[in-house]
Amino acid sequence: MFLTLVTFLPLFGALFLVFLPRENAGVIKQTALAVAVADFLLSLLLWTNFDITTHKMQFELNIPWIEAWGINYHIGLDGISLLLYVMTTFLTMICVIASWDITKHIREYMIAMLVLSTGMLGVFIALDLFMFYVFWEFQLIPMYIIVGVWGGPRRIYASIKFFLFTAVGSLLMLVAILWIYFHIQETTGVATADILYITEHLSAPLGTQKWLWMAFFLAFAIKVPMFPFHTWLPDAHVEAPTAGSVILAGVLLKMGTYGFLRFNLPFFPQASYEFVPMIAWLSIIGIIYGALVAMVQEDLKKLVAYSSVSHLGFVMLGIFALNPYGIQGALIQNINHGISTGALFLLVGVIYDRRHTRLISEFGGLAKIMPRYTVCFMIAALSSIGLPGMNGFVGEFLVLLGIFQVNGLWAAFATSGVILAACYILWMFQRVMFLELKNPENMKLKDMNTREMITVVPLIILIFWIGLYPKPFMKTFDASVTHLVSKVNPDNFRPQREHHDNDHKDKQNNKHGEHARLITPTEMASLNQQLQMPANIKE
Amino acid sequence: MEPILAPESIDLIALAPVLVLSVFAMMVLVVDLFGGRNKTLLVFISLVGLLMTAISAFAKNPIPAYSFNDSYIVDHLSLFFICIFTISSALAILLSVEYNEREGIRAGEYYALILFCTVGMILLASSTDMIMIFLGIEIVSICLYVLAGIRRDDLRSNEAALKYFMLGAFATGFLLYGMTLVYGSTGSTNLFKIAEVVQNPAAQSNPLLLMGLVLLIIGFGFKVASVPFHMWAPDVYQGAPTPVTAFMAVGPKAAAFAAFFRVFAETFPELAPSWEILLSTVAVLSMFFGNLGAIMQTNIKRMLAFSSISHAGYILMAVIAKNSLGSSSLLFYMLTYTFMTFGIFGIIIILGRKGEENLEMKNYSGLAYKHPVLALSMTIFLLSLGGLPPFAGFIAKFYIFSAAIQEGLITLVVIAVLNSAISFYYYLKVIIFMYMKEPEAEFNISLTPLTLFVVFIGVITTVSLGIFPGSIIALASH
Repeated sequence: MFLTLVTFLPLFGALFLVFLPRENAGVIKQTALAVAVADFLLSLLLWTNFDITTHKMQFELNIPWIEAWGINYHIGLDGISLLLYVMTTFLTMICVIASWDITKHIREYMIAMLVLSTGMLGVFIALDLFMFYVFWEFQLIPMYIIVGVWGGPRRIYASIKFFLFTAVGSLLMLVAILWIYFHIQETTGVATADILYITEHLSAPLGTQKWLWMAFFLAFAIKVPMFPFHTWLPDAHVEAPTAGSVILAGVLLKMGTYGFLRFNLPFFPQASYEFVPMIAWLSIIGIIYGALVAMVQEDLKKLVAYSSVSHLGFVMLGIFALNPYGIQGALIQNINHGISTGALFLLVGVIYDRRHTRLISEFGGLAKIMPRYTVCFMIAALSSIGLPGMNGFVGEFLVLLGIFQVNGLWAAFATSGVILAACYILWMFQRVMFLELKNPENMKLKDMNTREMITVVPLIILIFWIGLYPKPFMKTFDASVTHLVSKVNPDNFRPQREHHDNDHKDKQNNKHGEHARLITPTEMASLNQQLQMPANIKE
Repeated sequence: MEPILAPESIDLIALAPVLVLSVFAMMVLVVDLFGGRNKTLLVFISLVGLLMTAISAFAKNPIPAYSFNDSYIVDHLSLFFICIFTISSALAILLSVEYNEREGIRAGEYYALILFCTVGMILLASSTDMIMIFLGIEIVSICLYVLAGIRRDDLRSNEAALKYFMLGAFATGFLLYGMTLVYGSTGSTNLFKIAEVVQNPAAQSNPLLLMGLVLLIIGFGFKVASVPFHMWAPDVYQGAPTPVTAFMAVGPKAAAFAAFFRVFAETFPELAPSWEILLSTVAVLSMFFGNLGAIMQTNIKRMLAFSSISHAGYILMAVIAKNSLGSSSLLFYMLTYTFMTFGIFGIIIILGRKGEENLEMKNYSGLAYKHPVLALSMTIFLLSLGGLPPFAGFIAKFYIFSAAIQEGLITLVVIAVLNSAISFYYYLKVIIFMYMKEPEAEFNISLTPLTLFVVFIGVITTVSLGIFPGSIIALASH
């Protein structure tokens, strides 16, 4: 019940805002902020009450919704969704503060923001496919409105593109959901769309699994977005207002990766395994392509948007490493990306508010007049590159570790993405912050004010916290990841495969044979010995 | 020789809704004759009549019950449809009162025609005999021809009526010819008897019967405005008075679908391999042409005409699915479609001006900031028509799709969902005008209470049926 309350609190807040007089902007903003802060604090309470030792769903509630169809209002959180859930409430709060200066239809804006928050939270807690779909589609509407009404010059184009892209993908997922629903009904005799039940009981031939997998894949790949489904993202990011971009990067994209972890992997483990190479190559293309395109952008926001494509490639790669390192890395990288890209969008928003342009060429030498801004920007930028000591490093390192165990070549390609990230970020940073302060319009720029600091500083704290001491975050999803990996581990399918294709067996064993094992102390000792040997000879 | 119609086969209680409504309709005519210029009484009588009809429909117990040599049936399907019809007619009348005043439509027979049309619809949904179906369709059509042209001095209205009449008469010919062929090859007009005859494999391959089915599809296809028999719909929808358009889009269409379902899904399921492909083609074409046509429109009534063509395509899937989910999803879809359609046309009437003006999309620019509640209601209806959760239209579509998936019609469903995505485009277009553009002119609207009431009912049901559809689904799936 508590989880329901936390999820729907923003919606009630929005309903309350409807009745406030439109002229009273101050009260409207304060109310929205109060709701967002309260929701964040309540979600922290969820975190503190969360039992990290189990992979089971917690704060569960299961009551009938549409009895004739066996559809329930079934909600719960596990290690995979908890952090995303808390991040959603957290970023909503940040976004409300970041939108303080909006003057155009502020009441409607805050209503849309709060409704959006409930929609996103609902996606992460839904444990019934029907309910999940309802929230998944529902959050499109407020986001569409936010981009379309408060966005930039090409906002209408961007918003409708965003909407249609997502809708097409998710509608095909709806067909797959329906198919699963009737399949479960046929095979087990239970009419249900319960995700946990389906995870346990879904058994379809590999051919069918692949089709269903593709349907879910399309919905989530568009949302993530994976190459080549990413074209809506730069438009939406560039046109969205600052807070919209933060939410988009911080939460909406994570719904895609969350979908892979919640549906594609556990529902169709065998199909997932079959599709690993495809995903891996698409992710690698995304990583490198995103980075290269980011490098040539002239618009700051577009640069950050393309860097998202690149970063999300890492997350996808981690998920489809199908081993603990990869998935843990993907999950923490999910959070990292939300934090560091969110911070970058906020910071880009700061100078956009002052100069009404985001062209890199318009700036230069900002370090001299906006020192606070420069420091914040530098931290966010370095975290985005993945500098050790900051959050990005932890995630990327784990992902690369995970994927290296699967295929060294993929890891090598992916690593090049880290280097390219350093190129485009540092180059951009140099052109904006250093160089000469030539443009007279930049001379009188004011440094960040308190409100802007309030939005960015919490993110910076998190950047260092996760970078230096990620354990509190990592351990929330340990149990869930272990459980998930035990289900999707490629080893599960090999005996099955032996029946039809013995020839492939050996190859596969060679490829995956020695992964997912930590080095043992004895091996370590013998390695040390070997290393010391040449030294002895020299002596 | 046994009498053709034995007296004991006439069950007047089963027939109660038809009788009650006919009496009230005639009463409206008589009162109009003596009642002078005040039409309030007529409206009151009509509404009471519809209420009594709905109540009397439940007089027959137990169901299913038959009357007139099994040519009239009272079952769950027909009862649910009678409820839909009375609701839609009542909403149409409520919408008409203030509209008629504004447009200067003084005709008292307007209300009588709606009631008579409803009688036809009830007959259509309750008939299990080809002759009865034909009678029902004709009663409905003739009333609609007149209603479409009731703004006598308006060119468009005349055009609508004439076009509808000419094409409608033509389609009726097809329908009748189809019925003749079916009768000729099976030896009966009664659907139960026909169903028995077609059990026989020899009868199934009779080319005359198959030809008859094709002609029936043409006839029904016209009545539900499905492609390629849809040509009349955009002009008629645009030209007819707005409340009549809303009425046409809902009631008569639902009735035609009821008959469609009874004939194809319940009488000829054995012949499904023959007609399934044909109906699927019609459904797919309706979706595509309806949606692509709607994208191009700038007039909102015309856009809704095209969108209703695409909806006919979705609903046809329920007929093609021909299972119990199919019939219940048809019921649920028509019910929600009723509320959405009347709601949206209610808003169109509020924003419209005398002489059917102010119906272009650009007239809606910036509505959200002048009349936020109206804009929000419109948004809810549009998104619901597009099938977005958490609104009733989503549940309805989900229902129909699930019926089709259960029957294994995956390709059809995939085409349908892709069409839903196309449809988002033009529904969103209206939202773009309302929310994302600045107002072009002052909104000079009259917030008339009855019309607002219809919109209000529409919003309430669209939202509540979207979030808590459980009880209605339970009713529909009897």
